[in-house]
Amino acid sequence: MAVLVFLEIEDGAVKRSSWEAVAYGSALAKQMGKETIALAPSAASDLAHAGNYGASKVWQAEISVSAESIADLVAQAADKASADVIVLAKSLMADLAAPMIGIKANASVGTNVVALPDLSNGFVIRKSVFSGKALADMKLEGARKVLTIKKNAVGLTKTDAQANVETFGASVGSSKITVKEKQKQTGEILLPDADLVVSGGRGMKGPENWHLIEDLAKTIGAATGCSKPVSDIDWRPHHEHVGQTGIKVSPNLYIAVGISGAIQHLAGVSSSKVIVVINKDPEAPFFKSADYGIVGDAMEVLPKLTAAIKEIL
Amino acid sequence: MKILMCISHVPDTNTKIPFKDGKPDLAGVNFVIGPYDDFALARAVELAAQHNGTVTVLNVGTAATEPSIRKALAIGANDAIRVDADPQDAFFVATQIAAIAKQNNYDLILMGRESSDYNGGQVHGMVAAMLGLPCVVPCMKLDVAGSVATAYREIEGGKEIIEVALPFVAGCQEPIAEWKIPNMKGIMDARKKPLLVVPPVATDLKAQTVHYEQPAQRGNCKMIDAGNVKELVSLLKNEAKVL
Repeated sequence: MAVLVFLEIEDGAVKRSSWEAVAYGSALAKQMGKETIALAPSAASDLAHAGNYGASKVWQAEISVSAESIADLVAQAADKASADVIVLAKSLMADLAAPMIGIKANASVGTNVVALPDLSNGFVIRKSVFSGKALADMKLEGARKVLTIKKNAVGLTKTDAQANVETFGASVGSSKITVKEKQKQTGEILLPDADLVVSGGRGMKGPENWHLIEDLAKTIGAATGCSKPVSDIDWRPHHEHVGQTGIKVSPNLYIAVGISGAIQHLAGVSSSKVIVVINKDPEAPFFKSADYGIVGDAMEVLPKLTAAIKEIL
Repeated sequence: MKILMCISHVPDTNTKIPFKDGKPDLAGVNFVIGPYDDFALARAVELAAQHNGTVTVLNVGTAATEPSIRKALAIGANDAIRVDADPQDAFFVATQIAAIAKQNNYDLILMGRESSDYNGGQVHGMVAAMLGLPCVVPCMKLDVAGSVATAYREIEGGKEIIEVALPFVAGCQEPIAEWKIPNMKGIMDARKKPLLVVPPVATDLKAQTVHYEQPAQRGNCKMIDAGNVKELVSLLKNEAKVL
């Protein structure tokens, strides 16, 4: 009987979001009186740190990673551990692996979970629905559940405990999908994982002004995003598009510059903790959904804001 | 080439979700084809035209979804199947799609990356696992040559160019194709295209919503003068504690 947490590895280390998943799994295991086992698809420098967040041990496999192979691996580990709950941190890979695990491991599936489940009457998860316009509590049936959790679903507390790393032999199918080429920005903070996000809209007037967004982002250590029109007209790549049909973010701070606040954009940012809106139109609807606002021209306000932040950092 | 194009029928993304008696009251809300499904549908119609293929639209829903199905036919799908049931959860919908797919040999099973009502993003992965097929999500570009497809798959911070043999499942998103708007001839033709209504296959219920809530409203927006950005910085640092 256990809570099984899948660790996603990137560049030889565990992704921070996966540590949140371990913390989530451990908090849940405590409530249920169970053990937390972390599962890694390959070696990583910091697997033993799973103990910091409450895992008692780490099972380390050696597989070629794809959503299909992760699903096979997790299903086998879930059987070995008699896992009641399987937790993954939300990511593009986990988003696909989770429903596959649901079928292969005979589990009910809850995605984009925002808090610990309520166990007082079954197993009830909370998630946002209608693209952030409502919250739903969903009761998951059956003996086994698989969850993907959103950033900040649980607080991250850390101890010095280390987890034992054990080898886990798995037999997984090979993916029928061949990756011919990978195009990835390097050295940048990735939008879905970012604590701070600075986004620009059409109010930036053109891609040539984006250095103002990037300067502010770099100063505070934020990822950069953009509105849908900006990505549609190719000022910025699609993977920066924040909104209902783009990436949904939940950072601690979201700064929107020159974005009017269409309902589809709001759907992608509504779970941000603090929202700052800078727009020259005082009637921009985004101000109604913001915590702090400045009415002003982005070209003038942004450099001043970046300079003022540099003074205090 | 035979394409199975799965569509959801969801509240228009431009609308607010009104609440009544503690749950969403969708009676007066305009419903549309799911925006991600709409992108996939546009590409399905293009691919069928290029490869002399056919597009079958599939929806799991009550008779209330038929305007969306007819719209998909007007955009260029050849025929449609409606599994006559209230789509209870992702597992239920995936089970219905897999059952239809098993009866016919489709080369491509397309849908959006998620529905914009429950935002589960589970159906494509479940269908693929049920049928033992590869699954490409999120699929941003899709071309087919012979029995092999080339696709762009979004990854965090970029994309991958991938190859996969038919048949497979894909959950699509922009910019896979431009949304298509039906023309008058399409709308007229759609009335005559076949729409088969079939009963659902029995299955277990895996998830059900027991409670809804409206998200907490933000307090009043604190306005700061454009000439005084230092005040904003101070508020973010000392009041909001996010810097």
